[in-house]
Amino acid sequence: MSTVDLEAATTPAVATGQDRAVLRRFLRNPLAVIASLVFLTIVLSAVFAPWLAPYGANFTKLALVTAPPGEEFLLGGDGAGRDVLSRLIYAGQLTLAGSFLTVLVAAGLGVSTGLVAGYFGGWFDRFGGWMANFLIVLPGTIVLVAMFTLIGPNIIITMVVLGVLIAPNFFRLVRNLVISVRNELYVDAARVSGLSDGRIISRHILSVVRAPIIIMAASVWGIAIVVQAGLEFIGLGDPTTPTWGSMLLDAYNNIYIGRHLLLPPGLMIGLTVGALILIGNGLRDALNGEEAIIVAPRQRVKDAARAEAAVPSVPEALLEVQGLSVGYAGRDGSTKTVVRSVGFTIARGEILGLVGESGSGKTQTALSVLRLLPEGGMVTGGGIWLEGQNLAGLSDAQMQAIRGKRIGYIPQEPMSNLDPLFRIGSQLCEPLQVVGGLSRQEARGRALALLERVGIADPHRVFMSYPHQISGGMAQRVLIAGALSCDPDLLIADEPTTALDVTVQAEILDLIRDLQAERNLGVLMVTHNFGVVADLCDRVAVMRGGEIVELGAVNDIFARPQHEYTRTLLASTLEDAPVRPPLVPRPPRRQNAGAET
Amino acid sequence: MSIIATTNLLEVDDLTVHYGKFQALKGVSVTLAPGETLGLVGESGSGKSTLGRAVLGLAEVSSGSIRYLGQEISRLDRAGRRALSREIQVVFQDPYTSLNAMLSVGDILVEPLLVQGVNGAKARERVQELLDQVRLPSDAATRLPREFSGGQRQRIAIARALAINPQLIVCDEPVSALDLSTQARVIDLFIEIQERTGVAYLFISHDLAVVRAISHRVAVMSGGKIVEQGPADQVTSAPKDDYTRRLLMAAPVPDPIAQAERRRARLAQAGKVPA
Amino acid sequence: MDHGRSGNLKGRWMTGYVIQRFASAMLLLLAITAVAYGLIYSGGAEVSRSILGELATDEQVAAKNVELGLDQPLPIQYGNWLANAVRGDLGRSWFSAERVSDAIASRLGVTLSIVSVAILICTVISVALGAFAAVRRGWWDRAVQIVSVIGEALPNFWVGLLLVATFAISLRLFPATGFVPLNRSPLGWLSSITLPVTALVIGGVASAAAQVRGALIDVLSRDYIRTLRARGLPENRVILRHALRNAAPAAITVLSLQFIGMIGGAVMIEKVFALPGMGTLAIDATVRGDIPVIMGVLITMALIVVVVNLFVDLANAWINPKARLA
Repeated sequence: MSTVDLEAATTPAVATGQDRAVLRRFLRNPLAVIASLVFLTIVLSAVFAPWLAPYGANFTKLALVTAPPGEEFLLGGDGAGRDVLSRLIYAGQLTLAGSFLTVLVAAGLGVSTGLVAGYFGGWFDRFGGWMANFLIVLPGTIVLVAMFTLIGPNIIITMVVLGVLIAPNFFRLVRNLVISVRNELYVDAARVSGLSDGRIISRHILSVVRAPIIIMAASVWGIAIVVQAGLEFIGLGDPTTPTWGSMLLDAYNNIYIGRHLLLPPGLMIGLTVGALILIGNGLRDALNGEEAIIVAPRQRVKDAARAEAAVPSVPEALLEVQGLSVGYAGRDGSTKTVVRSVGFTIARGEILGLVGESGSGKTQTALSVLRLLPEGGMVTGGGIWLEGQNLAGLSDAQMQAIRGKRIGYIPQEPMSNLDPLFRIGSQLCEPLQVVGGLSRQEARGRALALLERVGIADPHRVFMSYPHQISGGMAQRVLIAGALSCDPDLLIADEPTTALDVTVQAEILDLIRDLQAERNLGVLMVTHNFGVVADLCDRVAVMRGGEIVELGAVNDIFARPQHEYTRTLLASTLEDAPVRPPLVPRPPRRQNAGAET
Repeated sequence: MSIIATTNLLEVDDLTVHYGKFQALKGVSVTLAPGETLGLVGESGSGKSTLGRAVLGLAEVSSGSIRYLGQEISRLDRAGRRALSREIQVVFQDPYTSLNAMLSVGDILVEPLLVQGVNGAKARERVQELLDQVRLPSDAATRLPREFSGGQRQRIAIARALAINPQLIVCDEPVSALDLSTQARVIDLFIEIQERTGVAYLFISHDLAVVRAISHRVAVMSGGKIVEQGPADQVTSAPKDDYTRRLLMAAPVPDPIAQAERRRARLAQAGKVPA
Repeated sequence: MDHGRSGNLKGRWMTGYVIQRFASAMLLLLAITAVAYGLIYSGGAEVSRSILGELATDEQVAAKNVELGLDQPLPIQYGNWLANAVRGDLGRSWFSAERVSDAIASRLGVTLSIVSVAILICTVISVALGAFAAVRRGWWDRAVQIVSVIGEALPNFWVGLLLVATFAISLRLFPATGFVPLNRSPLGWLSSITLPVTALVIGGVASAAAQVRGALIDVLSRDYIRTLRARGLPENRVILRHALRNAAPAAITVLSLQFIGMIGGAVMIEKVFALPGMGTLAIDATVRGDIPVIMGVLITMALIVVVVNLFVDLANAWINPKARLA
């Protein structure tokens, strides 16, 4: 154990491409770079204060008492006749060093205990958690004020105590990160590979917690500077050494006669803390990868409306999609197309399967019919007609009237698609009342009837339940009930059975088939599963890379696939793969004698 | 360590595992011969993954035994477990979280070698061999996992499992996160590696078709118990157990005519009149 | 009937939850006072001498020690103090002989006035601003982010100093210092707290608005929001009824931390505006070494913090059925 741990300690942390990529992204963020330069300048000027400051920190001159800024003394003089500029530069020393001490104590204490608590759990974790809760609810400033009675004007000890008070933030951050990493499969894999705890921590865990620690350290440094300044300001500081806080106290004492004293120390604090916040933000953005694309929702509407307004070729179809293209706005203003000239029709009472592998654009196609593409996505061309009405020409309010009433939607993940804070009943009644215009009583009766219709044995109990109290299969039935609540003509089902067990899947497919027949619904069925297509669909469109490669009746496509890609996909299904020949008995290999010999 | 005269690589006997008060495994017994694939199939909560984790030493055993080459391994200390890591390896389901995104592919593959004391040039050579075995380009070692597709990442995970020539690999849903065409290719790779190296697989999946394609024998699990066990062909095409039959009938086949037939049979069996 | 049964069940669980949270809050309070007492009084040997002055004889010091109960072992001292504190008796100041509870009662109103009004305004502004930024994105979003960095970087007591210099000293719009109780003159009260509240609100909004924005953006990207939209619900309803409610626990936590921070920060703000609040009391007591007063201030602050946290727990349980029913 000890030898391996030693080895782990001496193995340098692997500098990987990931680190370099984060640094590169950080350096591309102008705000973060400027903030870093500003902060570096402030630190360096404090370090080299004796060479930079025009006068000593305690140089006094009677004529300089509350003197306004002038040529010789650029920022004027303070209440005791000292040069403000020189003191400002010198004050950086104790301010920055003292607050950095807080960061060191808080991070040292919090990170080490957080690592142990998160990785090993047990009594240490419970005790640490309790201590953290205890420290975090203390009103910090008051504690520090009270501490003054015990320790007197000693800024170093005060900053250490502040570090202890702040340490729980690091403890919680590190502990929670470590617990989430500890449950990652790659840590399980490392354990199966025989890695020691020391090595797992140094290789897998430190690399994950390092950056968040640095980000938090930046923000804690800023907080420490402000708290320290506050304590100095109320007179609990060390009067012999200048800090920005004690300069503010001097400004306060001379507020009627020397108002010029107010700005320099305050701005210095603001500049330093602001730089630290921006450095932390920049690091976080760099870590999260490319900055999220920000597109105002309005733009989507505009782009959809711009799509060429053609006429539907099959006016009697329930839904017609023609030449549909969907794109996502890139950072540099370019558009990444994910759906290209897709076209199909769905008749009333018909089920069309949209089948393809991940990234084929099938879900994007389905969501653009509802005009519910994720942020950044937009329809860049083509038209969508619902019974001859061009949806692209509709305003947001008009489109909203279509959703629910004309088009119902069944999502993929049952549990994440119910609002966790509302009872099932309330979630079902809401659209019935708001969209369907039913009274409270009518809505309740209708919702209970729907729950019964989708095969829920005890509708009253489910009606009163919260989402976390029901199973995934039942949640999917509730979502189907929700999709049908306002009697739509068209149902869009996005992989409605993918998250379910196979026996539950069969029941849900039966339910969709029955409801479809009963209400003569048109259905757009998005799936990756050819079994589901064979079970349910009348026609099927096969998608690849954002395009439909083949479209036809289900029986034709399964019997005589025309396109090469369809043939490959059908050949990949395992249902009729050959069974393996029986095992030829063989003796076990002797146990590995160990690789070191 | 003595080798007991036995033809079995792994023997799990009357195994019970608890998560708190919940009993995840209720007396499970299976065996695995050298070079054999045992498919474990079941729905969520059936206990199939728990069995795999117990064999790997990642789940605490309440009672019963797990023997590897006749030697009891269910209650090993860390040192014993580390020694066993040369023998038993793992491939997990999710190719996105089973590889540390911060490490290069080379670093990931070198990890099990370092534990066994293989270093430097020898380790690098082995990494190249492994990449070659799973058909990845040789420059893959210097790249990060996120530069690879799901199927390629699962190949990296397989290479990691193969690095120190284990005799048993526990495969926990290794193809369920993959696309159809990728799935078939990865299964072919598993079979090819087994035929070449003689490694045995404990292959866990919820998908009867996947298990059928790769297994010599299949065990069906439900509610923490094994409900049926036997040759792959028999269990997956003519099951004796009621639950297995329901499982088989519930999976839709990718053929509209055959599926209509299966659906009719399933509904008739459940006592419902087909629509 | 079914209806009623689950209603009762909810009621029972909620009561159990309240009792549990309350018990843990009391335990925390006990721990805080014990630690504080231990720390502060462990250095108490010199107290009698500092009260009596350098010229006091050893006998006088010993007598004073007995009078103050300082000759007894620390746990017994704490036990006595606690027994009295539970009855509302926090002792007398060593220097002014004023009852500590009276001193606190006369100061607490000042601090709570400015902090409560500030947190109310801060809640309204930061929820509105955060929601606007999250929903509109683009230009609004940028503005909120920039404002939050600036607001967080500037110490609120310095902002207070600038307000005094500008609005009180230069423009003479508000009194520079002092406090007028609400029951004496509502208008005078309002004018005396306007500047301190403004200073607290600026800093509070800066960090709270950004966090409300973040929580709301996170909620708006959830699957169930898309499903609600797909049911044809109006966008306003989706945001006001569902998204805001789901973001509320995060917002409540942030605002409660702001409140606690403001209570502590009131020490500086009270100095800037020369307000006779808890902070001023604490500073005066600290400088003099008036330990019973310091203990009294500390336990009052701890009580406030514990009550706020209890309120946060209950509010979260009220909003989130999972926390309540787990």
